Amino acid sequence: MNDFVTEFGPVWGTALAVGQILAFMVVLLLSLAFLLLMDRKVWAAVQMRKGPNVVGAFGLLQSFADFLKFVLKEIVIPAGADRPLFILAPLITFTLAFIAWAVIPVAPGWVISDINVGILFLFAISSLGVYGIIIGGWASNSKYPFLGALRSAAQMVSYEVSIGFVIVTILLMAGTMNLSEIVMAQGGGFWNWHVLSFDLLPWPVFAITIPMFVIFFISALAETNRPPFDLPEAESELVAGYQVEYSSTPYLLFMIGEYLNIVLMCSLMTVLFLGGWHAPFDVAPFTWIPPVFWFALKVLFLFFMFAMVKALVPRYRYDQLMRLGWKIFLPTSLVAVAVMGAVVVYSNAS
Amino acid sequence: MSRIAQTLRGAALMDFWGAFGLGMRQLFRPKPTVNYPFEKGRLSPRFRGQHALRRYANGEERCIACKLCEAVCPAQAITIEAEPREDGSRRTTRYDIDMVKCIYCGFCQEACPVDAIVEGPNFEYATETREELYYDKEKLLENGDRWEREIARNLELDARYR
Repeated sequence: MNDFVTEFGPVWGTALAVGQILAFMVVLLLSLAFLLLMDRKVWAAVQMRKGPNVVGAFGLLQSFADFLKFVLKEIVIPAGADRPLFILAPLITFTLAFIAWAVIPVAPGWVISDINVGILFLFAISSLGVYGIIIGGWASNSKYPFLGALRSAAQMVSYEVSIGFVIVTILLMAGTMNLSEIVMAQGGGFWNWHVLSFDLLPWPVFAITIPMFVIFFISALAETNRPPFDLPEAESELVAGYQVEYSSTPYLLFMIGEYLNIVLMCSLMTVLFLGGWHAPFDVAPFTWIPPVFWFALKVLFLFFMFAMVKALVPRYRYDQLMRLGWKIFLPTSLVAVAVMGAVVVYSNAS
Repeated sequence: MSRIAQTLRGAALMDFWGAFGLGMRQLFRPKPTVNYPFEKGRLSPRFRGQHALRRYANGEERCIACKLCEAVCPAQAITIEAEPREDGSRRTTRYDIDMVKCIYCGFCQEACPVDAIVEGPNFEYATETREELYYDKEKLLENGDRWEREIARNLELDARYR
């Protein structure tokens, strides 16, 4: 963004930057529409259903029909609700989900804001994400949303800790907090991706990074309130958790925010572990395909795994969820940080 | 020992990979879904759907107002009034079925000595008001005319089991 301002002057530079941001948002929302459909289709196919197939060919336009439905419906605000906060909560979730995307590099140079503390920024934003949910649950002034919001807050805080430690292990390896530079360090072939990192031989670093990847994936499930950790919106206990009182556009904003966070987690995993935009082999037929395509492919694969997990794994009990977060993931990732620190110190890798 | 093995299984996500394999196989299996309004499932010839009063091939209505169906109806959904016609034959002047009361047991078509009242294969006759479900003689005869081909075929297919 600053590049635009220095290059084209304050007026045109700002206009260009805004245009870039808008273009990115539109692309993101459009891809989200089809990712939502993919989520439902995969879920349906595992259960031997067909999923949405009426709107457009193969139901391709289903998300747009849903969008119209949500927007055209009446916004119901409960009489006892705190009106300003009730409206504010989905906006917070929606906005934060978009803000976080500012630092995700989708291809070389294709990033809205190439700041050198990208990961810290992401971490700060995703911590704020709890507010949207807990404000929404509390402002509804209703028992199910309140319980859902409490659960969600506790769950997101718990898993953010292990996510933080996993990110620290990767930071130790990469030696930088700039997401573009982290991706740049993983070029050359899939064996250089952080999840395998054979380039650090003779150190078998993959013995740490592969479990860290798994922990990150599972924590991301919990962080985004996805099944099997969807206790905040467990429909058999809490109806829909913090979303119970929401309808129409505010609900849509919550929904978009939630799915954007899921895709954000997928891209974060892609950037940190799966080599971002890099092709699996640095040879001819793979390098012909543009980098953004590889990035999208990896995100798509991770999103498919998210959808499969949703279809396959039964919901955790709340004590099991807390046990997994605090008693298994936290010690494991803590040990991993220590070991990775030792590896970095003694191998002078970075 | 078993506890260690269990921990290792858990750490390797063995349960998940088993489920994942199963899920991937399910993913590519043919779907049993019937896209209902566009595709319909097969119906048995014995299917008991919407009622119809049939006619003979010459257009004469079959019903002879014996009132067996009215007597056998467990839900008392059928109301019949009868009078001799000008030609002296016994005919109904009123034949009402309250489709809201009807339990679709099929006793009326079993009781009928002349195969006049039958339950046809039609099951898509939902209405917006309750009044539209109080069928009178005219409506039932019209049903009979509309569904005669299917009804005759079903009766023929089922005849050898009776």
